Amino acid sequence: MSVKDKVVQIIADQGLLDVTDVTLEATLDDLGIDSLGVVESIFAIEEEFDIEVPFNANAPAQSDFDISSVASIILAVENLVAEQT
Amino acid sequence: MNRVVITGAGTINALGVTVPQTLEAMREGRLGIGALDFRDVERLSIKIGGQVHGFDAEAHFDRQKLGLYDRFTQFTLIAAREAVAQSGLTFSDELAETSGVVLGTAAGGMNTWDDNFRSVYEEGKNRVHPFVVPKLMTNAATSHVSIEFNLQGPSLTVSTACASSNHAIGLAFQMVRSGMARTMIAGGSESMLTFGGIKAWEGLRVMSKTACRPFSANRSGMVQGEGAGVFVLETYVDAKARGAGILAEIVGFSMTSDASDIVMPNKDGAARAIRGALRDARMDMSEIGYINAHGTGTAANDKTECAAIADVFGGHADQLMISSTKSMHGHLIGATGAVELLACVMALRDGVIAPTLGYESADPDCALDVVPNTARDAKVTGVISNAFAFGGMNAVLALKAV
Repeated sequence: MSVKDKVVQIIADQGLLDVTDVTLEATLDDLGIDSLGVVESIFAIEEEFDIEVPFNANAPAQSDFDISSVASIILAVENLVAEQT
Repeated sequence: MNRVVITGAGTINALGVTVPQTLEAMREGRLGIGALDFRDVERLSIKIGGQVHGFDAEAHFDRQKLGLYDRFTQFTLIAAREAVAQSGLTFSDELAETSGVVLGTAAGGMNTWDDNFRSVYEEGKNRVHPFVVPKLMTNAATSHVSIEFNLQGPSLTVSTACASSNHAIGLAFQMVRSGMARTMIAGGSESMLTFGGIKAWEGLRVMSKTACRPFSANRSGMVQGEGAGVFVLETYVDAKARGAGILAEIVGFSMTSDASDIVMPNKDGAARAIRGALRDARMDMSEIGYINAHGTGTAANDKTECAAIADVFGGHADQLMISSTKSMHGHLIGATGAVELLACVMALRDGVIAPTLGYESADPDCALDVVPNTARDAKVTGVISNAFAFGGMNAVLALKAV
């Protein structure tokens, strides 16, 4: 599975959705994932890829991890994997 | 119903090892938050906190006692000794039988858990010291205060996360007010600054790597602290009869539940608790001059808290001052309400309002007078102290000058 597929699976699991429901332009909010769900998803991503995700829930826009859409998350994870592994 | 007053106060926290030291630090706007220093701190991504410095346990407790006292109990006893000494009370006979202790804590003996788990799981040891259980139990601090001061009346430990101390002080207040107890020792203690303790919090992503900036537009989360605050509560009549110095009067207490989310705060739950405290105190909102905020420095709390205050106080919200001393000593979790009550005493007794440190930019969602960065001289006669905890547990105290 590619990074993209794994991230989509994680988000689908968090939102109790089918992977086909997780579209690239969707926001996590669109997918029914609340703030606790965001933090859980980030944990699952860290566990899956063994990376450290720089994310502060108080200033999400200032974190070096763009959670504004599924596509931006995938890109952020790909970059972290390249940097950290 | 009895009037309830505070006749003794004690503390140990990042700002000082006594109440006078702590109040001086608050007046001067000193920062007690710095680099964390303990085993494995290099493995943490959060490396700042409000640790207690200049505390030599062996100077206060003999080796036998130390074997029984987790750090959170040590903090409690230091603070309790200062408070009881200030009150001038000794407990014997009927007073001992009708006086008790209610203390708040979120984690109890976490250092003991941490050290011993490490020992058996990481280091593979097959035995631990026989006193591990009595050290780590969350009632240990309460019990040791009862033992040291001979308090034979109603005693318990209260645990409601960040509201624990306010709940403890509020319950003790109710017990003295109703006559169920003659005198109560009340407050809270917390010592969670260990590798495991901080690592657990990191996952929630609400802690700041840099500073605690309550109400500031650029706030980035909470910073943890440790310490204890303990008070002696007795009736106004008793205090006057024996010529005791009175620090302040506790006049109201309210506790509510958000019944909504396990971590996110709720404006209505908070507003109901604030209104409830005013109602219990039979105070009009216009009598409040200062609010010691919960003010954790998280995006969520500060915004919600300001909205709740605006809801309750309406136009009067613009006339009052609100500050968060967590900006100086950190968030003491189960002990935070107790240490913050000292800022309330300072406001009422000394006419000094503690500042909110680290304030850099105005947030339109927090458009109140947050006493930014510098303490202020001001006469206030009514104060409230907020605590809004994880799980929606809210506890608010109302106090007046005497």
